Amino acid sequence: MRAVDDVPIRAREGGFLRDVRAVAGRALRQIPREPASVLPAVLVPAFFYTVNLGALENLARGAPGFSYKAFLIPMAIAFAVTGMSRAPTLVSDIQGGYFDRLCMTPIRRVSLLLGLMVADIVVIIILCLPVLGIGFGVGVRFVTGVPGVLAFIGFSALWGLVFTGLPYAVALKTGSPAAVSASFVIFFPLFFLSDAVVPKQALTGWFSAIATYNPITYLLGALRSLITSGWEVRTLMEGLAALMGIGAVSMSLALMALRGRINRNA
Amino acid sequence: MYDANEYHETCGPITTREPVAAPAAVRTKGLVRRFGAVTAVDGLDLEVRPGEIYGFLGPNGAGKSTLLRVLCTLLRPSAGQAVVAGHDVVEEPQQVRLRIGVALQEAALDDRQDGRELLVLQGRLYGLTSPEIRRRLDDVLDLVDIGDAIDRRIGTYSGGMKRRLDLAAALIHNPEVLFLDEPTTGLDPTSRAGVWSEVRRLNADLGMTIFLTTQYLDEADALADRVGIISRGRLVAEGPPDVLKRSMGQDMIIVETEGTDTTALDTLRHMDVVDGASVKDETITIRTSDSSVALNSVVIALSRTGLKVKSLALRTPTLDDVFAELTGSHIDVSDVR
Repeated sequence: MRAVDDVPIRAREGGFLRDVRAVAGRALRQIPREPASVLPAVLVPAFFYTVNLGALENLARGAPGFSYKAFLIPMAIAFAVTGMSRAPTLVSDIQGGYFDRLCMTPIRRVSLLLGLMVADIVVIIILCLPVLGIGFGVGVRFVTGVPGVLAFIGFSALWGLVFTGLPYAVALKTGSPAAVSASFVIFFPLFFLSDAVVPKQALTGWFSAIATYNPITYLLGALRSLITSGWEVRTLMEGLAALMGIGAVSMSLALMALRGRINRNA
Repeated sequence: MYDANEYHETCGPITTREPVAAPAAVRTKGLVRRFGAVTAVDGLDLEVRPGEIYGFLGPNGAGKSTLLRVLCTLLRPSAGQAVVAGHDVVEEPQQVRLRIGVALQEAALDDRQDGRELLVLQGRLYGLTSPEIRRRLDDVLDLVDIGDAIDRRIGTYSGGMKRRLDLAAALIHNPEVLFLDEPTTGLDPTSRAGVWSEVRRLNADLGMTIFLTTQYLDEADALADRVGIISRGRLVAEGPPDVLKRSMGQDMIIVETEGTDTTALDTLRHMDVVDGASVKDETITIRTSDSSVALNSVVIALSRTGLKVKSLALRTPTLDDVFAELTGSHIDVSDVR
């Protein structure tokens, strides 16, 4: 047997980026092993897109040149990327004690969360592709061209990331898989009380008022503008502001929950 | 607290204390850890020397795991101080983390990774470069026998294999102090023997300081250079296992009776050949320096009290006897074995 007491290898702090990369790499390696965790994110938007298109396309005809096919793409993207997080993995780490093992390493605490979020962004970007593929398949075209498609994916990824704050906060706070699943419920009022499915001008009084104050309306507006209107700076800024607002809340909740989990018994 | 060194100096051959050459690997001073109204660790003073195997022995709920989690920076102490590998766990937790390896009671692993992935990730989190990780993997897999299973998904491992992988993960960064929390709880006898031999090897080959908690008397007895016995968050005795056991006398006479009789116990305690006696339920434990001399007298004395003897056995003292003598109860592990 080799003696190792003369081996000078000793632990050292790895650096922030290295920590994040290590955590993200581990999370990404799991995904091909658990295809069931991402499959719904491909099938559900395809289903809703097809069903809504079939049921409402004739009713939702608006101004000349209006394309309901294009109008619905942001909704389908939202279905694909919202709630797509590694929070269930985090819960199993907490329950199985692996989170404690990670906490006993010299890793920066925030990397435990950021690494998972980096993995989420990668997954989210990949999940945008089949939805866009469906859109292109039914004839949707971006008036903003390839840069617009990239901006569209960027907005979608940012939205997906912003939403992950919530399941991470719940995972870290409760350590419960059921609570993490339940956190997705907030998606429904957020999306269906907006102009996700029907153009805003077609919404009735109270619904229209709520949709006006719902930040998701502005996110969807920004996404749609990239497909059908061109580079509308104001619309894009409104969408970005909506993302920043939601992100400030959800990320604060996630970071507070991380601190709470680490200092749980302190 | 009972200090076996003091016993050794007063009752055994006169020796001088070892000079303190290196700073302690683990030192606590007045360490307290409370959970609400419950005090899990209650004013603990402890010193573990570099290179020794220190066994922390106590029943379930005695405070062993809480102490270990404080020493590993997972819990902050409520009061007092803990220094590990020369660094305060509160003031410099990062420096402590760089110098310790930990295998917690339940193997803290990720079932979805394979063994090699887990160890490589662990190496990365400790800042090792890829060539360093490869070297350490070779070294660690020489020390901890995982075999071909290293490339299998951890979810397929047996309990013993998981413990070994957990140990390997604790060693990947070549720590100065290794903490093992009940390393063999729930393992079959073969796996236990395997873990024991690996612990001995790590200590003998690498000179690694090992702090292990256990509720198994034989484990503490077989592995530890020194044993600290904890009861209700307090250290009640400390010393080498042999010295602690010898403090109970050379021999033990165990008498099972039908019914109990306190006068019998008083009678036994006043006999010259008896060093001490205690009773639990219908079992009397008698300490004596020579059972061959004491046995006849004990039997006669008991028969005079009218107490009916069901069985009688002789044995040498165990660490449980030390625990029982000091706390009045036994370390009962029947529920976990």
